[in-house]
Amino acid sequence: MMKKFSYPLLLLAAAMTFSGTAWGAEEVVTDSGTTSWMLTSTALVLLMVPGLAMFYGGLVRTKNVIGTMMHSFAAMVIIGVLWPTLGYALSFGPGILGGFVGWDSKYFLLQGIDDTIMSTQIPEYVFAMFQGKFAIITPALIAGAFAERVNFKGYAIFIALWSLIVYSPICHWVWAADGFLFNLGAMGAIDFAGGTVVHISSGVTALVAALYLGKRRGYPRNVMHPNNLVMTLMGAGLLWVGWFGFNAGSAIASNLATARALTVTQMAAAAGAFTWMIIEMFQHGKATSLGVASGILAGLVAITPAAGVVQPSGALALGALAAVFCYLAIVLKNKLGYDDSLDAFGIHGVGGIVGALALTFFIRPSWMADAAAKVGGSWTVWQQFGVQATAVGVTIAYAAVVSLVLLFIVEKTIGLRISEDEEMSGLDHSMHGEQGYGLINLN
Amino acid sequence: MKLITAIIQPDRLDHVREALIQADITRITVSRVTGHGRQEDIEIYRGQKIAPNLIPKIRLDIAVNEEFVDVTLDTILDAARHGVGEVGDGKIFITPLEECIRIRTREKGGKAI
Repeated sequence: MMKKFSYPLLLLAAAMTFSGTAWGAEEVVTDSGTTSWMLTSTALVLLMVPGLAMFYGGLVRTKNVIGTMMHSFAAMVIIGVLWPTLGYALSFGPGILGGFVGWDSKYFLLQGIDDTIMSTQIPEYVFAMFQGKFAIITPALIAGAFAERVNFKGYAIFIALWSLIVYSPICHWVWAADGFLFNLGAMGAIDFAGGTVVHISSGVTALVAALYLGKRRGYPRNVMHPNNLVMTLMGAGLLWVGWFGFNAGSAIASNLATARALTVTQMAAAAGAFTWMIIEMFQHGKATSLGVASGILAGLVAITPAAGVVQPSGALALGALAAVFCYLAIVLKNKLGYDDSLDAFGIHGVGGIVGALALTFFIRPSWMADAAAKVGGSWTVWQQFGVQATAVGVTIAYAAVVSLVLLFIVEKTIGLRISEDEEMSGLDHSMHGEQGYGLINLN
Repeated sequence: MKLITAIIQPDRLDHVREALIQADITRITVSRVTGHGRQEDIEIYRGQKIAPNLIPKIRLDIAVNEEFVDVTLDTILDAARHGVGEVGDGKIFITPLEECIRIRTREKGGKAI
């Protein structure tokens, strides 16, 4: 869906000199409506990063609030530099090394796109920046798994390496026009806005990181209360709002596809929160605010890959399914005792997998008919399920193995897990020399 | 009965709290306070070094029976100190405690502590 079609003006100009006005009619011009919406979407997706900072920041203990929010802001800063420099070329350049990753030296520092208007009638700069926001939020999501115990320097190096070596290749496979998952089966693996690229890749990495780095000191014996659920709720709200840019912007259009994506995004988020609330009412007799926030996220994550292909009934089903599975995943986590501190895997990993697989059963009939027509015969739900499962499996395997190697390298060179003394003092003091609050809120 | 009041650095709170629990001193009250001491606390704020007038501290209030005074003091002294000791590590005040009453049962004196 995010496929990048580009008609470099250079080529067009060259052609025009030969064939005169006959080519003039095909010149791609900017469509102001589409461009406006894509600019808005780009800003909305960036809004999700401070939203995530607030969501995660509110969930940790007081002594770690700044350190945790800095994880999101560091992603904004570090990937903000890396993406236009290398990330975009690695993700959306033509495939090299047998399609393992993209590369085109003309995308280095975005040099080659200064005049490019894409066939979707938006300047390529907008597309590159829109994609850049996805590259920013993805590593920031991982930070939830090793919250409260990671060295800032090690974290910074880790997300930089991860973005180049894990995110860019997966992004290339799934979204670049010549990516192998993009072209798998009849009409490719369905990942509208980042179920595999963003949520499964970060969620699986989160699980690996939580297991590799080990538990926080005192976990799970000591209860570690969120320092500020008010901030967490505001963060969840910002994420929901930003997600309209994330999903509805991923149509790279401003038309029917955009409206469909926006509608199912709204419905899945609400269905996820509603389901989580009901489960909690039955299980504990009380609906918690953190439960509602988690349900919102579970629904949003699950609809992310599916926003282009499911209808409203499917959106409700996916939201509800994601809430059930994520809830069970967190129950299971507590039984198993590993410390995915803010449930980065429990929500993003599990929700992403549920969404990417279950969407198969809710695809709108016209999409299936198109797929069947394209392969010149029939295309069944189970064939598409096979394609989805392949994309999910490849993402899980690649993200898990490469992340483990990266974690190992960073831990052994710069150091990722902080010392016991630093952990007791808190990240705010030991990593940043600051404190989050004045006289309020001690825990 | 004594009331032990300790003023310590915020980043040593968990060290002290944990050490106290290890020493079976589990009934404590903790608050955030600010004050002036000999310490000149330099913080980095938006790239500028500033010396705040009032320095944040943590105050622990612990009511103990006589036989627990020494162990409480030793525990705090060991856990609250940075390395070999820094200006600003804090102070401990000990005051006689006239009475202690548990609200739930109205018990008084040493057994209410």
